[in-house]
Order: sequence, then C-alpha cells, then structure tokens
Amino acid sequence: MKTIAEINQKIKKGEVVVVTAEEIIDLVEKKGLKKAAQEVDVVTTGTFGPMCSSGAYFNIGHSKPKIKIGGGACRLNDVPVYTGFAAMDIYLGATALPDDDPLNKVYPGEFRYGGGHVIQELLEGKDIRLEATAYGTDCYPRKKLDTYISLKDLNEAVLFNLRNCYQNYNVAVNLSDRILYTYMGVLKPNCGNANYCSAGQLSPLLNDPYYKTIGIGTRIFLGGGIGYVAWQGTQHNPNVKRKDNGVPFAPGGTLAVIGDLKQMESQWLRGTSMLGYGVTLSVGIGVPIPVLNEEIAQFCAVKDEEIYAYIIDYSQAYPQGMPGTLGEVNYKQLKSGKINLQGKEISTGALSSYSKAKEIAEELKSWIKKGDFLLSDPVAPLPGVESGYSFKPLKERLIK
Amino acid sequence: MITKRIVLHFPQRLVDKPIVYKLIRDFNLEFNILKAYVTPQEEGLMVLELKGKDEDYQKGIKYLESSGVKIQPLSEDIIRNETKCTHCGVCVPICPTQALAVDLITRKVNFYDTKCIACEVCIKACPTHAMEVHF
Ligand code: SF4
Ligand code: SF4
Repeated sequence: MKTIAEINQKIKKGEVVVVTAEEIIDLVEKKGLKKAAQEVDVVTTGTFGPMCSSGAYFNIGHSKPKIKIGGGACRLNDVPVYTGFAAMDIYLGATALPDDDPLNKVYPGEFRYGGGHVIQELLEGKDIRLEATAYGTDCYPRKKLDTYISLKDLNEAVLFNLRNCYQNYNVAVNLSDRILYTYMGVLKPNCGNANYCSAGQLSPLLNDPYYKTIGIGTRIFLGGGIGYVAWQGTQHNPNVKRKDNGVPFAPGGTLAVIGDLKQMESQWLRGTSMLGYGVTLSVGIGVPIPVLNEEIAQFCAVKDEEIYAYIIDYSQAYPQGMPGTLGEVNYKQLKSGKINLQGKEISTGALSSYSKAKEIAEELKSWIKKGDFLLSDPVAPLPGVESGYSFKPLKERLIK
Repeated sequence: MITKRIVLHFPQRLVDKPIVYKLIRDFNLEFNILKAYVTPQEEGLMVLELKGKDEDYQKGIKYLESSGVKIQPLSEDIIRNETKCTHCGVCVPICPTQALAVDLITRKVNFYDTKCIACEVCIKACPTHAMEVHF
C-alpha cells in the first residue's frame, strides 16, 4: 500500500519508478502482481485521437475604444466563435465551420478548415484574423473590430474540453451496399472495413476502469502541457456492461479536461478533417495512475486481448439509434489488421494513433522521472458504477 | 519498341467491358496487368505495362481514351507529408494496394510509394491532409 503523498516524495527525491501501461503488462507477467505492485509507483497511459467536444476560450483584451463582443458576432479566420459571455471572452469549438463552407453540398464534403485548425494554427504561432461586430452601448461604443491576434498576445487561452478520453469505443462497419462517410472514417460497403478508435491497453480510463485513482482534479498531460480533469465528461456512462476485469464493452466513462493552451504544442492538438462528416480536433492526453495497491496494478496490467468492443453497423443501427450489435472483438484482433465477422475477413482501420499514444505515455513518464510533474490527489471522485449516473437519450416532446 | 506503365481508370459502366483485350487484337500491344481493383467508389482501376511500337502505343492510348477510360501515367506523384501524418491508420483499409500499411511492431503507418497506384482515395480521406498529390 502506498499513498500519493509518498509517491510524490519519491518523485522529488528522484527515486520514483515509472512504467508505461504497456510496460506494466510484461512486468506483472514476469515478476508477478505482488512484486510489480511493490516496485512500480506510477503507470503512465496515453491516447491520441479525434475528440469533437473540445475547444478553447480566450480573453482577447480590450480595444480602444472598447467593443462588447459579448452578444455580438465574432469570427477567427472566418470560423464563428461563441460570444455569449462578457465583452472580450469568446469560446471556439473544435467542430465550428466557416459560414461559407460548402459542407456536404458537394458530397462528401471535404471540411478542410474549422475550429480545430484554428487551435492548431494558434499553437503554431500564426496570426489569426479576428472579425467582430457588436451593437454598441454607451460604455462599449465600438461596433466593428478587424485585427490579427496571436496566442502570445491573448490574456487567457484555455483549452476546455467537455468530453475527451472515452473509455472504449464502438467498432464501426457498414452493412449497406453504398460507401459511407462517417466520423469513424470511410466505411466501405458490405462490411468492407472495420474502424476502431481507442488506444486499448494504453488508454487512460481502460487502465482505471472503476475510476479508483482518476477523479476531479487529477493532473494530466494535455496537448503537450499540464492540464487537469475538470469534471466527468459529457455522456459519462459508468453503467455500461463490463467484463469480469471491469473493462466496459461499450463507450463508458469520459473526462472533461482543462489546461493552459499557451503551454501546449501543435503536435498534440491537431486540426482534423473527416471526409463527409466535418472538422474536429485530435487531442493528445496522458494520465498518470498511482499504483497504490495490487488491485490497481492488476487493472493497469490489462492487455489488448482482454479489452473487447462492440461491432456496430453505421448504416442503420447507429444513425437510427437502434439497439443491437454485430458481435464483439478485442483490440489484439483489431490491431492485427484483420477481424472475422460472420465468416468474412475484414481489414481494420484506426482513428486513434497508437504510436502517438505511446509517445505520450513515454513523455509523461520522463516528466515524472525528472521531477517536473507531481501527482495530484483527486478532490472528488468521478461518478462510478454505483452512483446511478447514466447517459440518457433525448425524450422528444411535442411543441404545442 | 517501347514499354510504358500507365494507370487506367474505368468508370463504373465500363468495368466489365473487354476493352483492354482489344489492345492486343487491334493494336499489337503486349500487355501485362500489374494490378487491378475496383475502388470503394466502384470505379475500376488497372495498372498496365504496355509494350509495342511507339505508333501503336499512341493509337492504343487514343482508343482507350475514346472509349471513356481515363489514363494517367504511373509516376510517383503521391507523397506523404511526414510532419502531418499522425499514424492513425484510418487510410489503411481504404488503400486498394496496401501501399499504406501498419508496421505491427512500431504501430506506425508506412507508405510504400512503389506500391502506390495514385488512385487518390487517401487524399481526401486522410484526416490531417498528410497525403499530397504532386504534379
Ligand atoms: S490517414 Fe493520414 S494521418 Fe492517418 S496514417 Fe494515413 S496518412 Fe497518416
Ligand atoms: S493514392 Fe493513396 S490510396 Fe491510392 S494507392 Fe496510393 S497510397 Fe493507396
């Protein structure tokens, strides 16, 4: 048994033992659970993939004379931002698109530029054009603003993502006879391919399936900087069906995360275009898991062949919200490049980059080893299996 | 005698017509089918090596074009921008020739340009626009 405070002491003394969620697998196999749990203090996890409920808020500073962008309209490189705050606070969402984007009018739309790309370009140090219009008040008389902004000049630039880090995800196939363009990538007709989106054995919430260490206030690697778990993510759903090892079959828990965008790097926050679907942001996240006891070491030793996901048809079941799956498959099978579905061999594709996830886990490991990153005790837990918290569908009501 | 490699794009209506066969019969061209596929868009794709007299080759090409086949020289005009690629792997199952394939050890996606037939399926499908066409 260890505490986070003890682990932090070891980090400060340079004596901490950190391994990645991949390395712990071999270690537990070689040395046994007991010994591995004693020796290892921290396991680092990682994930890198498109996460649509992401975005950033900015305070851009007051112009002279002053303008109240709050309640007005504002665009960054033609991408509209949300202005429903005070005068100079705006929020840019990852999936926002310019008003003149052709969308899916020429199907499948290319969605070459949007909110996610603006975030990436800010991180690259590029100048971004800000255009705003306002209605003008006695205290904020100006009605128009057209200027360049850049990340270093902003007062605050904070990445605040409402839902990241899904604990497992669907495997998408297409049972129809036409090609589909989805957020899960291009799906060829008649089950031509199966696409998945999870780092599997490296993924944060798959290594802590019951949220025993990851909670509100957990310090994390976020986009190359330091961030925090702010809350459970939207659509957090701890009550999905799980295997004996605690790992959910379906998308389960999620995280809302926050961190200073100015510390982050464009290689870990990338504007992403999904053909026929839209734009988004690929986010890199790494979460450290303190190995407080054997049970946690056991959870961290989970491997790809023990993590199963449901295969879902994206031609009917998913868009129509119909229940039912076409079966389940584990990440070892998915990562082999081929899976078997109803007697047919199908090639697999991934949206989540395992090699980037591994780089993140390694990077976080090196931060901890160097003493640059201390673990934090969560201030409150995430809603767990017993909490009754769940993800409900919308009940549409008749407008009278 | 000349030998040339070309990529033929067959629109859906021509996919099952014996067009290529006529190249031997009517134009004295020897051919070697290096690769043949039907892309997700249901377009037929064939990489051919053609051998014959220059003049026959030109006539053969004219004939193919007049029957509605789009012809493209096979050159290495698809490149991957290595700084943009995130090695996600979403391109892997849609590339018809396995020119994009996952290295099972490093889990990185390799691009084998010698296998690429410039079908351009990956160009718009790559989420970070890492695959580029160069003319
Ligand atoms: S889809 Fe693009 S980013 Fe992903 S592996 Fe292929 S080339 Fe790289
Ligand atoms: S253009 Fe892209 S999809 Fe087509 S063969 Fe080359 S690498 Fe594969």
